[in-house]
Amino acid sequence: MSAWQQYILARSLHDAFDALSSPAGPALPIGGGTDLLLEIQQYRHPPVHTLVDISQIPELTRLEIIQGRLFIGAGLTIRNIVDSPLVREHAIAVCEACNLIGGPQLRNTATLGGNVAHALPAADGMISLLAMDARAEIASAAGSREAPLQALFLGPGKSAIQKDREILVGFYLPLRKPGQGSAFERVMRPQGVALPILNMAVWLQRTADTVEDIRIAIGPSGPLPVRAEAAEAALKGKLLDAAALQGAMQRIHETIPFRTSVMRATADYRHHLSEVLLEDVAMKAWQRASSLE
Amino acid sequence: MDNSGITLTVNGQVHSLHTRPGEMLSDLLRCRLGLTGTKIACGEAECGACTVILDGEPVLSCTYPAAKADGKTVLTIEGLNGQTAPDHPHPENGRLHPLQSAFIQNGAVQCGFCIPGQIMTAYALLQRNPDPSEDEIKHALKDTLCRCAGYPAIIRSVQQAARELRGEAADASLNIPQAAQAGKFVGRLQVRADAADKVTGKAIYTDDITFPGMLHARVKRALVPSGVLRSLDVEKARRLPGVAVVLTAEDIPAEHNHGLVTHDWPVMVAVGERIRTVGDALAIVAAESREIATQALELIEFEYDPLPVVSGAIQARQPDAEQIHSTGNLLKHIKVRKGDIRQGFSDAELILEQTYFTPIHEHAYMEPECSVARMTPAGRMEIYVGSQIPYADREQVARVFGWPEERVRIIGQLIGGGFGGKEDISGQIHAAMLAHATGQPVKLLFDRHESLLVHPKRHATQIRVKAGVKKDGRLTAMETELYGDTGAYASLGEKVMTRATTHSSGPYDIPHVKADCYAMYTNNPPAGAFRGFGVMQSAFAIESLIDELAEALNLDPVELRRINALKVGSVTNTGQLLRDSVGLLECIDKVDCEVRRRAGAQPFQPRPVLGAPHKVRAWGFAVGFKNTGLGGGAPDKAGAEVELRRDGTFQVRSSSAELGQGLPTVLQLIAAEELNQPPRLVEVLLSDTDLTPDGGPTTASRQTFVTGNAVRHAAKALCELVAADLSERYDTSPERIRFIEGLAQVGERWIKLTDVAAQIIADGRQPMASYTYWAPATQPLGNGGDMHFAYSFAAQAAEVEVNTRTGEVSVLTLVIANDVGFAVNPLGLRGQIDGGAIMGIGHALTEEFIVKDGCVVTDRLARYRMPSIAFTPEIVSYVVEHPVPTGPFGAKGVGEIVLIPTSPAITNAIFHAVGVRIHRLPVDQEKILLELKTRADYNR
Repeated sequence: MSAWQQYILARSLHDAFDALSSPAGPALPIGGGTDLLLEIQQYRHPPVHTLVDISQIPELTRLEIIQGRLFIGAGLTIRNIVDSPLVREHAIAVCEACNLIGGPQLRNTATLGGNVAHALPAADGMISLLAMDARAEIASAAGSREAPLQALFLGPGKSAIQKDREILVGFYLPLRKPGQGSAFERVMRPQGVALPILNMAVWLQRTADTVEDIRIAIGPSGPLPVRAEAAEAALKGKLLDAAALQGAMQRIHETIPFRTSVMRATADYRHHLSEVLLEDVAMKAWQRASSLE
Repeated sequence: MDNSGITLTVNGQVHSLHTRPGEMLSDLLRCRLGLTGTKIACGEAECGACTVILDGEPVLSCTYPAAKADGKTVLTIEGLNGQTAPDHPHPENGRLHPLQSAFIQNGAVQCGFCIPGQIMTAYALLQRNPDPSEDEIKHALKDTLCRCAGYPAIIRSVQQAARELRGEAADASLNIPQAAQAGKFVGRLQVRADAADKVTGKAIYTDDITFPGMLHARVKRALVPSGVLRSLDVEKARRLPGVAVVLTAEDIPAEHNHGLVTHDWPVMVAVGERIRTVGDALAIVAAESREIATQALELIEFEYDPLPVVSGAIQARQPDAEQIHSTGNLLKHIKVRKGDIRQGFSDAELILEQTYFTPIHEHAYMEPECSVARMTPAGRMEIYVGSQIPYADREQVARVFGWPEERVRIIGQLIGGGFGGKEDISGQIHAAMLAHATGQPVKLLFDRHESLLVHPKRHATQIRVKAGVKKDGRLTAMETELYGDTGAYASLGEKVMTRATTHSSGPYDIPHVKADCYAMYTNNPPAGAFRGFGVMQSAFAIESLIDELAEALNLDPVELRRINALKVGSVTNTGQLLRDSVGLLECIDKVDCEVRRRAGAQPFQPRPVLGAPHKVRAWGFAVGFKNTGLGGGAPDKAGAEVELRRDGTFQVRSSSAELGQGLPTVLQLIAAEELNQPPRLVEVLLSDTDLTPDGGPTTASRQTFVTGNAVRHAAKALCELVAADLSERYDTSPERIRFIEGLAQVGERWIKLTDVAAQIIADGRQPMASYTYWAPATQPLGNGGDMHFAYSFAAQAAEVEVNTRTGEVSVLTLVIANDVGFAVNPLGLRGQIDGGAIMGIGHALTEEFIVKDGCVVTDRLARYRMPSIAFTPEIVSYVVEHPVPTGPFGAKGVGEIVLIPTSPAITNAIFHAVGVRIHRLPVDQEKILLELKTRADYNR
């Protein structure tokens, strides 16, 4: 069976909605397709008649500052984002996360929109966006709306985006201000099935000796991506020292139900790695926050 | 919005084409434009072999929809010649890109299947970064996999090409020494003859072959591990338009089973018969296209009565276990006995016992299995296939048809990696049956998923070792008990586990030895030959225990090995007196010396990393040995022919296989040396059962020795034949005849070899000599005497770094010494050494083929982590040459020994770094961390 019957390169949002709304069979929007095409080929996705490629629609390929916010188009390749001085300046955690997605060749095709729309609860790019407090722009034939990133998730692999009539256009991120910094890291377990087992992104705002505000995203930390709010609360207003980190780690233990995934990692190992990552990633963000201006 | 057609520029040429449903860019390039240099190794965006440059950036063409390339510019390996700068996009005829020539010169090309992807990925890197660091090269190429693991040479090649492109003097010195006793040609660095085709995309592998009217085949697999086939309905599939034929077990003309030693593997399972593994074939389909054949598979229905699943060797030996074959679950109980084991343990002052586990390993050769079969007008069957044993293919195919073997011709193709995994039948028989039934050519290509399910793997083992030792370090007794999981079919399981057993007490002189091995059938995919042939597993066990002994005795681990090492005059555990060519002590000394030069007197002590106190480094040490040749009393022979052709060049012919290891170059050099002709005048033809004499299986590190000897003798015989002819023709005594480049000197006269050939042919004779070489006789296990005619030896030291916060392990340095007898081609040898060691790193740290209750979990390449270029450590290699008198110029095997000590060297290093003993491969970073934490809690 062919993976698809018709592949349409949409040149505009209008084109895309047209193609999605009047297909000869099941239709889906496709970005880089690096996940979707494999799922179809490997029978992990129901057959698709029409694929509507949205990665070349102008609205989806912008990367610029729009009205005081950084806009990252959902159709940009991961490589575009890694290479972008703007993203590096305002959201280095997103750069770092994107630089770990797939391999070099894959990053020339895969899109950040796909990374998020695929709705996996630990996707590297998505976790970094979560810590950056990104908001998503979603277009439909009727117009466009904005939503917090978390609102796009219904469950593992289940996106709230209605793919027959909605298109994820891009992400708005706040611009970086003095005293702000971010970072991303992940740990792999290369043995056996060879998958990442935990990642973390941290954004924070500091004064000379105090964490004024902090956002921590850990993946996977549950069926839906959520921020480690208890740990954030434990660090707010504190000096980022060993005692404060210890307190935050304790809060992670109490509030995040890490799971054991067979052949990947036990919950205990994930708990332990969350401590290691918190120390490293928060400290990196802390140092970066002091380096601006 | 017209989507019916696309226009794209490929290698400077504009193509306007209609798109096809489901078509990927790689399909378009390979099938429609005939650009078969772009290879498909996984089809799942995992390995990088299919990399092409699209608008200046590397992308994976196997998962890039062709329609998406509309309006874009594509550069493939075929278009790279002459692409020295981006503003000169048009290929200049014939001129190689600096990357291509650097890959050739540095010996970065082995099997060649990944090379187009490597070069294209590197090309894109150099376009953006003309002076990449080693780390930047590793980052750019990290998802372009090479299972030959020529990574060190690939890194050197990219650096060399970068220098050349920057206009700097290309430092081409390779720092690889020639053989100590190099001849005029043998022992000197020789670039492989096939490298040029492999770097330009011209090299043809089986899937690159197309015939007019060719059908595409697919196999219906059981996908259940254990049961009895109750019914099978192929009628719907037969009625699908485009399907030419569907065959089942009922259509097998003669013998129903195949197998290399034991004929226990059904060509297809018949109704009422046993399904023993998920890869069992139930029906085969040939159709006009692969898509239709795939669709037909979905229309085939079957029912089965499930039976209990035997999922491991220990379970298989339980008295109440489900019996998988009528002969029971025990394929073979293998015994080794030397001395009196009870005496040995009573002589001991310390006894240690430990059990080790190794998983199933997957060969993961880059080229998936492919067979193309077609009937000739005369009614013969031709099969194009990359096979390690062409004559065994011929025999097994002929047997299924009930034909004389000569009616089948195997035409061996370039092989994109084998490592032992292409010794058994994969699609040869099925393709031939379909070609026979339809009268049309048939291609049967495995996708990666099918390859993972079907072909035999490395045996998973459980090995218990009990050693007795004196306080001064002398071993008194070694008792081992091995369980090997040979899966559903025997394949070479008996041989593999025999090798595991006879090598299970290590390369040590021990007075009292007892070894028992149980090679067991299970419902897992079959296990067979894999580089190291069982010895990789037993070396992990014995070399780990030797390190534990050293620790317990408070002895230096190198010293303990030195005390017990086999040397000339030692008697092995099978009762073989070693008379010569035992370079183990020199290997140990070479590695020991280099390690202590780098790390000081205490390399086995942990050293924290400056600035990163949570990272700890240490060295680990291990040794190994491996037989050359079949041994055990098996007749071991190879045939070869050498011919002087009309054009004055020579052709060497043998059916031995080239899997990437570099055999043709070895044979070329040996012939050149004997003929006293430059290697460029010597061509090597392999693996065609009509044209080349039987070289025997390409396995057991035997071809350099066995076929090498055959070629040497055939070349000598040809010299004698030609000299005799010239002697008579010119009435000159044979002593006054000699050969130099392109010429024969007869007394005072010089005669061109073209004329020599013409004269002999004009007389109605052939200027050709053939020779069948019989390796020295060996004895079956249990008889004592020479079980093998030669052994290779090795020592390795690994420096690892362990992250004590995460448990992560990386290998920083490997110091390696291999006793190979004689380095026929030091350039090719270096590729084998690097590649074997890096495969060893994979076996130690990442690789595990996971099967749960007979069902394959590792059913995609993405789930099997073979080492990428990022795993490449610094490798320091010493070649030790203790010649074996019967070997060609003293050479013995190298293909397997290079891998054997690596895993235990790494796990021993982990112990020395953080005190955690690894008893199970692969090393589990979580377990390391858990043990470190438990210990820290205890100390707190």
